[in-house]
Amino acid sequence: MVALAEKYEIKLGKATRDAFGEALRELGGQDERIVVVDGDVNNSTRTEWFAADNPDRFFNAGIAESNMIGIAGGLAASGKIPVVSSFACFILCNGFDQLRMSVAFPHLNVKVVGTHAGISIGEDGPSQMAIEDVALACALPGFTVVVPADEAATRAAVRAMMEHHGPVYLRVGRPKVPVVYRSEADAGFEIGKANRLRDGRDVTIVANGLMVSAALQAHDALAERGISARVLDVATVKPLDEAAIEAAARETGGIVVVEEHLAYGGLGSVVAMAAARRHACPMAFVNIDDTYAESGTPEALMEKYGLTSDDIVRAVEGLAGARKRG
Amino acid sequence: MATTATSAGVAPESGAPVGTGGTRSIEELEAIARRLREDIVRMTTKAGSGHPSSSLSAIDVMTVLYFGGFLRHDPKRPDWPDRDRFILSKGHAAPALYAVLGESDYFPRTLFDTLRRIGSPLEGHPNMRRLPGVEASTGSLGQGLSIGLGHALAARIDGRGYRTYVMTGDGEMEEGQVWEALMAAAQFRTANLTLIVDHNKAQQSNLVERVLDYRPLAEKLRVFHWHVEEIDGHDLRAIQSALSRAQEVGGRPQAIVAHTVKGKGISFVEADWSYHGKPLAEDELARALEELKN
Ligand SMILES: Cc1ncc(C[n+]2csc(CCOP(=O)(O)OP(=O)(O)O)c2C)c(N)n1
Ligand SMILES: [Mg+2]
Repeated sequence: MVALAEKYEIKLGKATRDAFGEALRELGGQDERIVVVDGDVNNSTRTEWFAADNPDRFFNAGIAESNMIGIAGGLAASGKIPVVSSFACFILCNGFDQLRMSVAFPHLNVKVVGTHAGISIGEDGPSQMAIEDVALACALPGFTVVVPADEAATRAAVRAMMEHHGPVYLRVGRPKVPVVYRSEADAGFEIGKANRLRDGRDVTIVANGLMVSAALQAHDALAERGISARVLDVATVKPLDEAAIEAAARETGGIVVVEEHLAYGGLGSVVAMAAARRHACPMAFVNIDDTYAESGTPEALMEKYGLTSDDIVRAVEGLAGARKRG
Repeated sequence: MATTATSAGVAPESGAPVGTGGTRSIEELEAIARRLREDIVRMTTKAGSGHPSSSLSAIDVMTVLYFGGFLRHDPKRPDWPDRDRFILSKGHAAPALYAVLGESDYFPRTLFDTLRRIGSPLEGHPNMRRLPGVEASTGSLGQGLSIGLGHALAARIDGRGYRTYVMTGDGEMEEGQVWEALMAAAQFRTANLTLIVDHNKAQQSNLVERVLDYRPLAEKLRVFHWHVEEIDGHDLRAIQSALSRAQEVGGRPQAIVAHTVKGKGISFVEADWSYHGKPLAEDELARALEELKN
């Protein structure tokens, strides 16, 4: 990410996993009901910071993700507020049936946190990259799915997640990410509410996670070419802020959805469904499409798999061309 | 006196050599293991990330398997149907696998320098679709023994004589799926399946006994109806005899509990489990290579 940030003179903030770890430690001291279960990766997910303060309310359940989810279900049914964490790929994929039967079906108050999401983890490669996690989480009835953009938004999201009653999936990443919000208050985070970061007339760019900063860069590049783009940070994939999508479709006439995720079942699918229902408009999608990635530096992977601000600009221009022809 | 390695190797139909040669003395195997250790630390330091300590604990067993005449395979024909299979279930030890595959001439050793780079088939974790010689795409712990059982059952159905070897980590043994596979393999009496547990006593966040203390491992495997060998996983002769005995066991799958040291061969890594997932810094690499010489 560093190279990108330098190119656009962007200020790098903390990794969203670090912000998660800090917020969890802070809230853990305030609410005795919070219990954390991790799977041998507490030094990567940063739950070790909560563990240091609250050894009695922390359990390292070993390399056994499905068991962790079941434990969380039981803790929640007995009045605790469990936070289960691991790499996003392992907690969602390995624990999916348990998420379905022990959490979603009984609608228990479990907070599932997946770190190291997306291809921006870099060198560890495809086996460690969650690129299907949002689709899986969205497929669970009653789940709230949150993908915050930066450090401040993550802190605010953790707070909101713990206050919310019901199952939540929070997706955070490994690398340091550009600062989008000056402070937690500035992030104005509310579950189910999209943030309009830039206004525009010609098109709307919908993004979440670390793609929000790329969308902001694309906004500036497009402005230089005379295209006025609205930018929406849709941190809550589910429930979606359908009103914001409808307004974008009506007022800007086209939507480009950007996410560090596969095409099927992610933010793009969810937004397209809402637009189709509320106010159909031409759309384009910037995502990983339908493939696994590979090892490489985060920057090289974001380029190769089409997740840069240039890719967003091209998608917007393609959409504009299609609209003119149409 | 130099002992010769047991040769269970039968040349494939093409008449190509087994691995990179026939039978080797213990001294020769030691020399290979030393060279592979150097490859492991060099390539991970060059890559700037990876799991050298997890690779170093596994490399002696893998050396005997690949170069001590046990694994029947043909680098020129990676898809030879009768080849023995080796599945590295603890996929993060990929540098160890790449070291033995490079030494076997599955690919030129110059590829070591591309580890974890974009475009390279030497990914952070093994990818069977990109690198010949890799039998399973791994990296999500707990899945390799089930895949190995599938290969073993296919051999039985097809009447083929190949064996399947699977290596797991000791932290990895915490995954429930491993125990599902253990029960199934015993039930299906897959005598052509051998599990090797790289019992290096540490996982990512701590020592295994401090995370989930499942000791004693060998006894657990025995009551799951497996034949069990318990050895020093850095004693090449002990590895040879355990692998030989495993081949003679009838009617049951075999497990070799290899007691190993995470980071074996490099004193400052051996002494510190928190090296998990960290490459050596340049100055550490120099010290490590110096130690490996002796
Ligand atoms: C299902 C799953 N959960 C978590 C991880 C993250 N992880 C990678 S290596 C590791 C520790 C492995 O310990 P062990 O099996 O003892 O192998 P060692 O490195 O000691 O050889 C963990 C937890 C993973 N790769 N897969
Ligand atoms: Mg271990």
